[in-house]
Amino acid sequence: MGAKTPLFQMHCDHHARMVDFGGWDMPLHYGSQIEEHHAVRQHAGVFDVSHMTIVDLTGEDVIAFLKKLFANNIDNVKQPGKAMYSCMLNEQGGVVDDLIVYYQNDHWCRVIVNAATRDKDIKWIARQASDFEVSIDERKDLSMLAVQGPEASEKLLSIFPENCRDDISQLKAFNSICSDEFFYARTGYTGEDGFEIIMPNSDVVTFWQKLLDAGVVPCGLGARDTLRLEAGMHLYGSDMDETVTPLESGLGWTVSLKDLDRNFNGRQVLENQKKAGIKTKWVGLVMQTRGVLRDHQEIFEGEEKKGEITSGGFSPTLGYSIALARVDKSLQNTCSVMIRGKSVECSIVKPCFVRNGQSCL
Amino acid sequence: MSEVPGELKYVSTHEWVRIDDNVATIGITDHAQTLLGDLVFVELPEVGQQVVKGEECTVIESVKSASDIISPLTGKISEVNELLSEKPELINEDVYGDGWILRIKLSEKAEIEQLLSADQYAECVENEDH
Repeated sequence: MGAKTPLFQMHCDHHARMVDFGGWDMPLHYGSQIEEHHAVRQHAGVFDVSHMTIVDLTGEDVIAFLKKLFANNIDNVKQPGKAMYSCMLNEQGGVVDDLIVYYQNDHWCRVIVNAATRDKDIKWIARQASDFEVSIDERKDLSMLAVQGPEASEKLLSIFPENCRDDISQLKAFNSICSDEFFYARTGYTGEDGFEIIMPNSDVVTFWQKLLDAGVVPCGLGARDTLRLEAGMHLYGSDMDETVTPLESGLGWTVSLKDLDRNFNGRQVLENQKKAGIKTKWVGLVMQTRGVLRDHQEIFEGEEKKGEITSGGFSPTLGYSIALARVDKSLQNTCSVMIRGKSVECSIVKPCFVRNGQSCL
Repeated sequence: MSEVPGELKYVSTHEWVRIDDNVATIGITDHAQTLLGDLVFVELPEVGQQVVKGEECTVIESVKSASDIISPLTGKISEVNELLSEKPELINEDVYGDGWILRIKLSEKAEIEQLLSADQYAECVENEDH
């Protein structure tokens, strides 16, 4: 028996197929993953993401601490509510986890890390914090919903509290607002417009019901994965982990080396890698023939192995299979992928397939 | 609880069998399609291909994973469900009807005796769930 979010009973009532995800009993889908996927691309869907780990960091040294903990620079987002995506690295430059941090003020930042890495992350943060004046508060009292899709904002309008309705609905991407115990952020993991909303556990069932009443479709982790894959967004544990650096995982854009005095974990390794030249690149693969690309399938150019799929699957929006892959830097245009002993041709594209309902190919 | 029609035969690898004289129609069970989720690709085997009881005869892929179809009986493939190449979702929508996968002309009719009844298969699923 895994951990349960406050919405567990609601999921069961909606006939969710529940699966274990990182020690949590979570909905995989409520009947059809593909229909849920389309609902988010075309209308609006809601995901229970209360299993994710919400950590409030407070204290005198929060900013100094995050400058050490994160590969991206918190100084870039020092406006109340602004969000930043980053990785936290170990001393070898490997990715301990990826995360979103919401800057609140110089003495409070809210960090969201993954669910499956909860214990490891909390330990890691605590260990790194020992030299800093920082308190670490794991907010198990809070739940989180992701409401995503082109109609998300419209459907949420009547649910937002009246006193700050305009402010919330006018939030720009990667910004957030705190109102009472609710926290509204214009962020997501689908490549669509939408909000991630954090609230007390005791409020989430009512909020969920209001969304369903407004016609928002409940969506499971299955659709969450195909949506993020189409959007070319990373999945920790598949696309990167502790054995690779962000530079080897298509996450160079999240590494900030500009401030020479900022000595974040793993910096030296990344600097050295950069000097020596990165030998791999992170790409998208498209297979227009029939079949499905899957994690760990090997990539070839002729007889020579040139890389591996880090996450692959079927794209419901495009109607064929796509994948994210780490390949040799020299690989161009096309490659072949071994699928159950057969070699299948794929084209190499930028690692982003669908955004805002439209194909990027 | 998944549907297990009484008039069909089953194997523990989650295929169903409908015997019609010496031809067997084969598909996957409701339990199997529930576990797999939305089907997105069915690799149809060649008509005329020899299949052997207990051995892989084709592959289906869902949003979640690839899954081998194990032939419940021995014989030669006499027909495949061509509709599945364009509409693999027929397996989800009508698993015991339009979602059939292939037909085999049987060469070892005695093997039919070894297939599971609906009750036996339901019990087998039950045990798997616990």
